[in-house]
Amino acid sequence: MTRISLTVDGHQVADDVEPRMLLVQYLRERLGKTGTVVGCDTSNCGACTVHLNGSSVKSCNVLAVQADGGEVTTIEGLAKDGELHPVQEAFRECHGLQCGYCTPGMIMQAVDLLKENPHPSEEAIRAGLEGNLCRCTGYHNIVRAVQHAAEQTSHQHPEGVGA
Amino acid sequence: MTATQEPGLKEAPTQEIGRDRRRKEDQRLITGRTRWTDNIVLPGMLHIAMVRSPFAHARITGVDTEAAKAAPNVVDVFTGSEVADVQGVIANAWPLSAEQKAPDHPPMAVDRVAFAGEIVAVVVARSAAEAQDAAELIDVEYDELPAVIDLKRAAADDVLAHPDLGTNISSVWTLDSAEGGTGGNVDEAIAEARENGIVIEREYRQQRLIPAFMEPRSTVVDPTGEQYVVWSATQIPHIARFLLAATTGTPESKIRYIAPDVGGGFGGKLQTTPEEWLTFLAAKRTGKPVKYTESRSESLMSGHHGRDQWQRLTLAATKEGRVTGLKVDLLADMGAYIGIVGGGVPVLGAWMFNSIYKWDAYRFTTTQVLTNKTWVDAYRGAGRPEATYGIERLMTELAAELGKDPLEVREMNWIKHDEFPFTTVAGMTYDSGDYEAATARSKELFGYDELRAEQQRRRDAGDPVQLGIGVSTYTEMCGLAPSRVLGQLNYGAGGWEHAEIRMLPTGKVEVITGTSPHGQGHETAWSQIVADRLGVPFEDVEVLHGDTQISVRGLDTYGSRSLVIGGEALVRAADKVVERAKPLAAHMLEASPDDLEFAGGRLQVRGTDQGVTIQEVATAAWTAHDLPDGLEPNLDASATYDPVNFSFPHGTHLCAMEVDTETGRVRMRKYVAVDDIGNIVNPLIVSGQVHGGLVQGISQALWEEAVHDEGGTLVSGTLVDYLLPTAADTISFETDHTTSPSTTNTLGTKGVGEAGTIASTPAVVNAIVDAVRHLGVTDIRMPCSPERVWRAIQQAQKGAGQ
Repeated sequence: MTRISLTVDGHQVADDVEPRMLLVQYLRERLGKTGTVVGCDTSNCGACTVHLNGSSVKSCNVLAVQADGGEVTTIEGLAKDGELHPVQEAFRECHGLQCGYCTPGMIMQAVDLLKENPHPSEEAIRAGLEGNLCRCTGYHNIVRAVQHAAEQTSHQHPEGVGA
Repeated sequence: MTATQEPGLKEAPTQEIGRDRRRKEDQRLITGRTRWTDNIVLPGMLHIAMVRSPFAHARITGVDTEAAKAAPNVVDVFTGSEVADVQGVIANAWPLSAEQKAPDHPPMAVDRVAFAGEIVAVVVARSAAEAQDAAELIDVEYDELPAVIDLKRAAADDVLAHPDLGTNISSVWTLDSAEGGTGGNVDEAIAEARENGIVIEREYRQQRLIPAFMEPRSTVVDPTGEQYVVWSATQIPHIARFLLAATTGTPESKIRYIAPDVGGGFGGKLQTTPEEWLTFLAAKRTGKPVKYTESRSESLMSGHHGRDQWQRLTLAATKEGRVTGLKVDLLADMGAYIGIVGGGVPVLGAWMFNSIYKWDAYRFTTTQVLTNKTWVDAYRGAGRPEATYGIERLMTELAAELGKDPLEVREMNWIKHDEFPFTTVAGMTYDSGDYEAATARSKELFGYDELRAEQQRRRDAGDPVQLGIGVSTYTEMCGLAPSRVLGQLNYGAGGWEHAEIRMLPTGKVEVITGTSPHGQGHETAWSQIVADRLGVPFEDVEVLHGDTQISVRGLDTYGSRSLVIGGEALVRAADKVVERAKPLAAHMLEASPDDLEFAGGRLQVRGTDQGVTIQEVATAAWTAHDLPDGLEPNLDASATYDPVNFSFPHGTHLCAMEVDTETGRVRMRKYVAVDDIGNIVNPLIVSGQVHGGLVQGISQALWEEAVHDEGGTLVSGTLVDYLLPTAADTISFETDHTTSPSTTNTLGTKGVGEAGTIASTPAVVNAIVDAVRHLGVTDIRMPCSPERVWRAIQQAQKGAGQ
């Protein structure tokens, strides 16, 4: 067992974990952060995407011990003070989700994408979401949602919508 | 839809049906406040790991579980032979006829495995990791048997998937228009065409696909209460509950089945699974809550697959291009077992090969064949995409033979808009449609003539990247299904649907549906329907589903049935609520019930402004202080609706593909879908269904294939190898609608869940073939990978050179 301490969605947590425990298992099984989900076992699907120290990672591809001392934001910590993040709002507005299973990872990846590139072209959005699979939407409305979030935020926050 | 209001005017009641309401479901899903089955944690919960066969066909000669039993925190280990009498069976609910040959299908193999991935032992431990560690300590001895993997070889019966059955042929099913009295003799039509017309003979392959829903399947069983509670990532909680009871001897009343948040299905969760049955058994044995969640690799290997057919097709036509007959011979791979509806899926094609066309003679035969592979069952479209692919490829080939535009040949043969209702050569009566209108709109959006001109320019210029245009004018049958028809087809259940409306004393309305959504947005669409029907605010309607203790009756979600059948049940339940409210409202208004009219949520005395809202009546019924004599203090109502017919959405899809003739690489340039799905409840939800459906169909054409090696191992067994498209592989689509309301349900709806998938596959392949037809290519087998496209061009060129 290894002792780790980190910040998850703004709260300090500390635990003893097995070295083999994945970050996604730690989030789901130890912290009850079940908003973050597992969709595959080969790091293809991106359903488990969270932010670690401000950048998106597939939390099935990070050991819990690697997050020691770090800051993790999951889908559950994205809305602030009851206000949805503009990307969350855009996914609802543009019907960017159906079953919702890929949605937490897709939104976290989209937030990261817009932080890097606040005004992406459709092509850049599609390339930026390549590591996240969705089986319901055909991506059409996911792309619209990211475009919508970029437009909304450029009105309100010209610097972008990065978390 | 946007409605602008004059400033200062009081907002008029808005009609909900037709509005692009944002979904009620989304607030939870976008904030991670979800209840997937795998999220559920219960006190003392145990976890399961499965030991699976690496062999496609083998006798189990011994299982040594001692080391596993001694491993840390292992609570129980059991094998098939130990639980043979109590594990139940996996249902084959659509046997087609009493003559069907089907192997016994225990949840866990008892003495023989018939596909690689079949479960041979179960480990129950305090954690999933400990269960997996212990599972690796189990030593299974196998005596390998000859396996039959290839579908055509299996049909030859040289090697048997199940030696005890004596054959691999599970069933043969035929529909013949001459025998059934719905048309002429197809052999005569073909003979006549050989003399004086055109005969197109083709063999097409429908490759094996994997539904690949995003949420892996998961089951939790809690045996600690009076009823067993089963949570499962399933499309069919009601059917699963019935079958679990029927096959394990547990009284149905002692089982509560719950489908909580379910992450997609596409038919892949239209199944009762070995994993569910064994989790139930483990909970029974240990007396503790037990969870099993599959890995993605397990899901791809052991969750049922879809499609997998060879199609031998003969189309007869006159010299002018009027089709006179079609003969269909299918070989359908069932895999190792007959799944819940797998035996009947190919049969659904019988009514779809004739599609939107009129001809005189038709014969459809499908042969269901057992092999030693993962079993095959419903996948989005289920039998209808296969048929649509076959006929839409053939119609394009006919046009090529004639040197005519593929739309022109289709129009020559399709049912005209003024010919509805129309009874087809397969004996199905289509209620409504307008193929001319959908095609005209699609051509307009597509810029058909301009793209044809560009195609010609690039052809003339010898451009290495050629442009192809693909057409698919599809129809489908939705709303599964009239119970009487299902009975005739020897299906194990009915096709009705149920709804209940509870009028709560605060004026809120609870709607209970027997459909079981897993991404389709029923909570939103059903709220819109009830809001309109009862004249209550959209926000006041709460839709409940998926728990058999709340939604007591239902037949769940598949086959584009939820809206056309479940929605009609909802309408009828709402109308009953209004009827129940009338005597009390009349009493409250001191009027006669006959003088009341119901509009905009108010029961009003005709010709006056005297009235009460239905919500006020609900409150009055609850207090029950002042009721007419003999009136029950309750407005709640339910309705069970059995459809009288299927519904028949249709549409015209046009696809432009660029094909690099030097590398075989293909790129989608444009895709237009104009669908006629009858009246639309929520256009936003409909567009999402269309987009997602399109990509699944496009993906069959371009990327997906479940591949087994000669030994029967699934080599496309991870998401690295099984190619699901990403955002970077796909394009944005243009979609629109024409509207021919269904005449067989009150709302005039037709269903949309499967349309995109059914239509798009042939549109894409027709476009690719069209791009290289001038090089001599007449077919490319799916998925149309660069290698296959390149080889098809090379072979055609070689043929041309000889």
